[in-house]
Amino acid sequence: MLDLTLIDRTLPFAILILPLAGFIVLALLGDWIKRDGESAGAGYLACATVLTAFGLAVWATLRLYGYVAGPEGLRFTQATLGWPPLAPLELRDPLNWIDLGGFRVPWSVLVDPLSCVMMLVVTGIGSLIHVYSLGYMAHDEDRVRFFSYLNLFTFFMLLLVLGGNLPLLFIGWEGVGLCSYLLIGFWYKKESASAAGLKAFVVNRIGDVGLILGMVYIFHAFGSLDLVDIADNAGALAPEALWQWGPVTIACLLVFVGAIGKSAQIPLHVWLPDAMEGPTPVSALIHAATMVTAGVYLVARLAPLYHQSETAMLVVAVVGAVTALMAGTIAIVQTDIKRVLAYSTVSQLGFMFLAAGMGAFGVAIFHLYTHAFFKALLFLGSGSVIHAMSGEQDMRKMGGLRKKVPWTFWTFLIGTLAIAGIPPLAGFHSKDEILLSALHHPLLFGIALFTALLTAAYMARLLFLTFFGEFRGGHETEHHVHESPGSMIAPLVLLALGSIGAGFLKIDLVVQPVFRLPEAHLPPVTWLPFVATLTGVVGILIAWYLYLSMPELRASLARPLRPALRVFGAKYFFDEVYDGFVRHAVVGGSDRLLWRSVDARLIDGAVNRVADLTRSLARTLRPVQTGFVRHYALLVLAGAVAVVSYLLASAGRP
Amino acid sequence: MDHPTFVQHAVLLSLVLFGLGTLGVFLRRNVITVLMSIELMLNGANLAFVAFSRAAGTLDGQVLVFFVMVVAAAEAAVGLAIVIALHRHKDTLDVDAFGVMKG
Repeated sequence: MLDLTLIDRTLPFAILILPLAGFIVLALLGDWIKRDGESAGAGYLACATVLTAFGLAVWATLRLYGYVAGPEGLRFTQATLGWPPLAPLELRDPLNWIDLGGFRVPWSVLVDPLSCVMMLVVTGIGSLIHVYSLGYMAHDEDRVRFFSYLNLFTFFMLLLVLGGNLPLLFIGWEGVGLCSYLLIGFWYKKESASAAGLKAFVVNRIGDVGLILGMVYIFHAFGSLDLVDIADNAGALAPEALWQWGPVTIACLLVFVGAIGKSAQIPLHVWLPDAMEGPTPVSALIHAATMVTAGVYLVARLAPLYHQSETAMLVVAVVGAVTALMAGTIAIVQTDIKRVLAYSTVSQLGFMFLAAGMGAFGVAIFHLYTHAFFKALLFLGSGSVIHAMSGEQDMRKMGGLRKKVPWTFWTFLIGTLAIAGIPPLAGFHSKDEILLSALHHPLLFGIALFTALLTAAYMARLLFLTFFGEFRGGHETEHHVHESPGSMIAPLVLLALGSIGAGFLKIDLVVQPVFRLPEAHLPPVTWLPFVATLTGVVGILIAWYLYLSMPELRASLARPLRPALRVFGAKYFFDEVYDGFVRHAVVGGSDRLLWRSVDARLIDGAVNRVADLTRSLARTLRPVQTGFVRHYALLVLAGAVAVVSYLLASAGRP
Repeated sequence: MDHPTFVQHAVLLSLVLFGLGTLGVFLRRNVITVLMSIELMLNGANLAFVAFSRAAGTLDGQVLVFFVMVVAAAEAAVGLAIVIALHRHKDTLDVDAFGVMKG
């Protein structure tokens, strides 16, 4: 065990407590803060807590690596980044939350390279989005509620990534789900918004059942839910071959059900596009950069376990690849600017799972990290566009915004190039690694490459429709178009810088030791970066031809492709199938079978029959109660005589 | 003293006491007399306990008698309290007057 100072033990808890304190203050003193209609203070307080948490997170990260370097001080070099073992910064005598015989759940936090990356992403991107919200939500009268939810979300997300055992992680997991629900339905007077919140909550519950069962299974197999214990002991379990349904495979698949729900993978992806009903900063923070990546984090966290099961790895990879492809094809026909980004998020999360399933857990986290930058940038950029368009989200009514909102345009362009995988931007580095990890599996590699092409195409389409060409909206809106305030532009610029530079910090190498797996660094393939870049460029060029250069080509191309486009436009009918299943099978079955037959006839009938029987029996027996005390006494005597006679008569017999 | 007829006599006496008590319970109409008759039955049973205990040479029966006495005392206390309440309610002590529980 490392020798920890007081600071080391306090820091992670301080990082956790700060946003929680912000939430409590805002929740309790909200009315006082907006006493004279002016509630900007709430935003500043929320920003301050998250920014401070970010500062502390940086400090904690530096200290973690400081220990590696030894007593001479902090050294943040490549050599120390490659340093192997996991260093759990855990309270030595942690307070126990649950202590039941062999089942012990302490309030422990785990600070290792993986949780450091997650912690920095959550607090870093989180603070930028908090600042952005100052401007974006400036005209909303419910700002106090908004910022208190945002702070609460940050707390739960930090708990999720810092929790030292699965139950703590699960609290964070459920907490972010709750905040997601609250924030999707933030404009609760809008019916579609509260319906979308409900949908997100319910769909996530399905996944959470899997996660709970998975936790039970893991406890059954390890006798512990501590993340370090699991990582340490997973290697000792017998590896399970393909289609061998041992305990590890079952546990991994159950946990993966949870990951599917939270990270919006097929078939539980339906909630994420609807979640765009929430305010745009929420879409950026929760439904793009942080919460939806929790599933990837969970799988990476249990990487040693997944590594033991070939089946689970294959399932993860296939689900990821299929999701990436399907979401990519849907994104290409969406007309709502935020929905394109939502499907793009689903698709990119699919990429991450594909990498994880291929055994490249570090690469999955690497893509998670770069994706957090450019997807947050794109969402905030789209928020800036929507802000400029007075709330219009339909891209068909935009166009030509390039000159009017230059800051938004240039940062958005950087984000688009980053997600399209154009070097040297961030997306190129991580996507290249993902393609490399899938290279030995031709089918999945093909899907990944084609999806990369789609990614470039739909993002370029979004860019061209929004910023190029002629303005297609009404005069009133056009007159209103204006660049966003500084508090919104500054985060965009910082995120754009991140989208340019983030790829150079090889996060996959940083987190690799956490997975306790043999060094899986694949030798680079010289032609791959060129192919990947070419794919991105071709995707952008296709969009260029179809939407700017030769729009008539698009019409002639659309005719033969109509059936496919219809399927994409209808999002593969997932909503319809679920709706049909829920409404007709479940609701119909409940109504006709369970209610009318089982409940009304069988159960109520049984209860009524019993009551009738009792009543008729009572009618027969009632005359026995004469009301004369001596009659009762006589009955008692008769009974006693009968019992004694029986005893006497049977006394002689054995 | 421990002549075999001793037990017979004692049991006979207890039977007589029990029978008198039973008759009292059934034939008397005054609640207080009924209560007293019940006490008589209990003591008849007590006598049988003691006699058998003596004959068998164990203490079980005698211990049981103490229990019966304690319970009888409690029963008398509760019973008399009920009798007072009944008397206040109906102004009579006739057992047959209390027939509201007739089914």
